[in-house]
Amino acid sequence: MNIWRAVIEALESLNGNKMRSGLTMLGIVIGVGAVIAMLALGAGAQDTILGSLSGIGTNLLFVFSGGEDESIRNPEPLTMGDVDALDDSFFAPSIQAVAPVLQGNAEVSHGGEVSTVTLTGITPAYFPVRNYTVIEGEEITEEHILGRASVILLGVEVADTLFGRRFGLIGETVRVEGQPFRVIGILEERGGGMMGSQDNEVLVPFSTAQARILRRSPADRVDVIFVQAVDADSVLEAEEEISQIISQRHRNAIGENDFTIFSQQDMVDTASSITGILTTFIGGIAAISLLVGGIGIMNIMLVSVTERTREIGLRKALGARKRDILIQFLTESSLLSLVGGIIGIFLGWAIGAIVGLISANSGTDFDPIVSLGAVLLATIFSTVIGLFFGIYPANRAANLVPVEALRYE
Amino acid sequence: MDDNVIVTHDLTKVYKMGLVEVHALCGVSLEIKRGEVVAIMGASGSGKSTLMNTLGCLDQPTSGEYILDGEIVADLDDDQLADIRNRKVGFVFQSFNLLPRSTALSNVELPLRYSGITSGRKEKARLALESVGLSDRIDHRPAELSGGQQQRVAIARALVNDPAIIMADEPTGNLDSKVGQEIMDLLLNLNKESGTTLIIITHDRKIAAQAQRIIRLHDGRIRKEVAA
Ligand SMILES: Nc1ncnc2c1ncn2[C@@H]1O[C@H](COP(=O)(O)OP(=O)(O)OP(=O)(O)O)[C@@H](O)[C@H]1O
Ligand SMILES: [Mg+2]
Repeated sequence: MNIWRAVIEALESLNGNKMRSGLTMLGIVIGVGAVIAMLALGAGAQDTILGSLSGIGTNLLFVFSGGEDESIRNPEPLTMGDVDALDDSFFAPSIQAVAPVLQGNAEVSHGGEVSTVTLTGITPAYFPVRNYTVIEGEEITEEHILGRASVILLGVEVADTLFGRRFGLIGETVRVEGQPFRVIGILEERGGGMMGSQDNEVLVPFSTAQARILRRSPADRVDVIFVQAVDADSVLEAEEEISQIISQRHRNAIGENDFTIFSQQDMVDTASSITGILTTFIGGIAAISLLVGGIGIMNIMLVSVTERTREIGLRKALGARKRDILIQFLTESSLLSLVGGIIGIFLGWAIGAIVGLISANSGTDFDPIVSLGAVLLATIFSTVIGLFFGIYPANRAANLVPVEALRYE
Repeated sequence: MDDNVIVTHDLTKVYKMGLVEVHALCGVSLEIKRGEVVAIMGASGSGKSTLMNTLGCLDQPTSGEYILDGEIVADLDDDQLADIRNRKVGFVFQSFNLLPRSTALSNVELPLRYSGITSGRKEKARLALESVGLSDRIDHRPAELSGGQQQRVAIARALVNDPAIIMADEPTGNLDSKVGQEIMDLLLNLNKESGTTLIIITHDRKIAAQAQRIIRLHDGRIRKEVAA
C-alpha cells in the first residue's frame, strides 16, 4: 500500500466522520494558531520597540546622576559645569555634541483645554542630538536661552488637544502652570516611544524651565545629559571620556562613580531581552495548548480504534498486516494535525493582523510578523504531535488479534 | 501437488478465563481435499466457529498440527499469516462485515489493496461483482443493499483474490430460506467453475445436505463424518 493510497483512504475515513474530525482538529488549530499569533506579536513588538529606540537619535549616550546600585550615597547632581566640561573637543574628542535637559510634568492650557504633558527644558543642541525637527516655526535659539524667553514648541499631540489642529499656531499663547508662553514652533510627529507617546511633549528654553517652572536647586542642576558621539565606532570611547571627566569633577573614588552612563545599545539590548523573554513565555503557554491538542488527538484516535475494532479485525482477516493498520492510523492522525496546523497558521496570522489593525487604530505603529521559521516550526511541530500521539492508538489497533477484533461488538 | 488442501492433527484450543478453562476444541483431526465441499454442523457452542477461525488462520491453536495448502501454519509469523489469509482464504461471515462507508466496489477491492497488486484492481473487483450478479450495484453502499445483495458483495470480496478455500460461517444465517438458497447456489457454482474448496458452517440441514461431506462437532470433538 503506497503513501498516496494511504492518504486518500485516511481522508475518506476522516471525511466519513466530519464532526469528530473537526473537533479533534480544533485542538490543534487553536494550539498552532496561538503559537503563531504569539510569535508574530512578539516579533512585531520587538521591531516596534527597537524602531522607536533608534528613533531617539543616533550614537547616543545618556548620563544620569546616581550610581548603578544603592551603594553610592548622596550622589552629586549633574550640573551645567559638567556639561561644559564634556563639550570640549580637546579633552573629549569623541563627543560630537552635548545636550543637557531638565524634564518634568507640567499642565498646559489654552482656552478651556488643559493637558498634562512632559515639559523639557533644552538648549539648541537638543535638536540635532535628539533628531528633532519642526514642521512649522523655528527652533529654540541661544538668544531664547540668554533671555529666558517665554517661548514654547508643542508636540503634535499637545497641539491636537489644545487647538484641534497642527498648523497656523505660531504666535498663539498657551499657559504653562499659569504663565503665558508664546508658541514659536510645532514639532514633527515622532510616534510612540518606550515611555508613552513622544508627541505629548513641549520644549522650552533650558533657562526658562529652570527659572520659572521646574525650579531645581542648585540653580545650575541638570536632569539628564544627552551626549552624541562623533560616529558609531567612537561610542565606547565617548563613554570612556564622559566617565573620566565627570568622575574627576565629582572627585569619585575609583569604581564608585556617582553617575550612570547608559548607551542606546544598552537600551536596545535590554528591550530585546525583555521582549525575547515575553515571547518565549507566552509562546510556551501557547505550546502547552498545542500539547493539549495533541492529547485530544490521542484521545479521539483511541476512541476511533475502539469504535472500529471490527473494521480492523475485518481488514486483518482480508490480509492487512500490522504495518498496514499502523500506517492507516498514523496517516489519519498526522493528517488531522497537519490540516489542523495549516488552518491554525492562518488563524494565528489573522489574529496577528487584527491586533495590528487595532493598535494602528489606537495610534501605535505595530506590525505583527509571521516569519517563515514560525510557520515551518508550527507545521513540523503539529505533524510530529499527530504522529507521536497517534502511535499509541495505532499500535493498539495493529496488535489486535483478528478473531477477537471480529467478535467485538 | 498434495490432494489435501487442509490437514489437521489433534488440534486443541483452550480459552483461559481466569481460573476456568474452556476447551473449545479437543483434538480435532481432519483432512479436506482440494475442491471439496464440506459442511460443519453441531450444536451452539460446540466449537464450529473456533475450528473455522483456526483453519482460516485468524487464530492460532493451543496445540496440534495444521498444514494449509502445504504450509505448516505454526511456523509462520504474523505477516506471513496475513499473507495466507489474503491469498489462500476467502471469508464469508454471517453478518456480512462490509465497510459501511465504502461502496460495493471498494469493499471488494479491499483484499487486492493488501496483496500489493497495483494495477487493474478496479477491473478485477468489477468482474468479481459481475460474477455474483451485482454489476448494476457497484457504486452502492451496504446500507443501500438488501441482505442477500450484501452477502453477494461479501462473496465477491472472498473470491476476488482467487483463493484456494472459501470459508463461510453461517453465510445464510441472517437470510430467509429463498435468498439463502441463492447464496448457496452461488457458492456451489463457484466450486464447480473454479474448483474452490468450500467449508460452510450451518445449522440448516437443507444447506448442509448440498455438501459432499458433513463434519459434525460435539463439545469440541468430531462426532462423526457422514457423506451427505
Ligand atoms: N474468546 C473466547 N473466550 C472464551 N471462550 C470462548 C471464546 N470464544 C469461544 N469460546 C467458547 O468456546 C466454545 C466454542 O465456541 P464457538 O464460537 O466455536 O461455538 P460455535 O459452535 O460456533 O457456536 P454457534 O453455533 O453458537 O456459533 C464456547 O463454549 C465458547 O463459549
Ligand atoms: Mg459460531
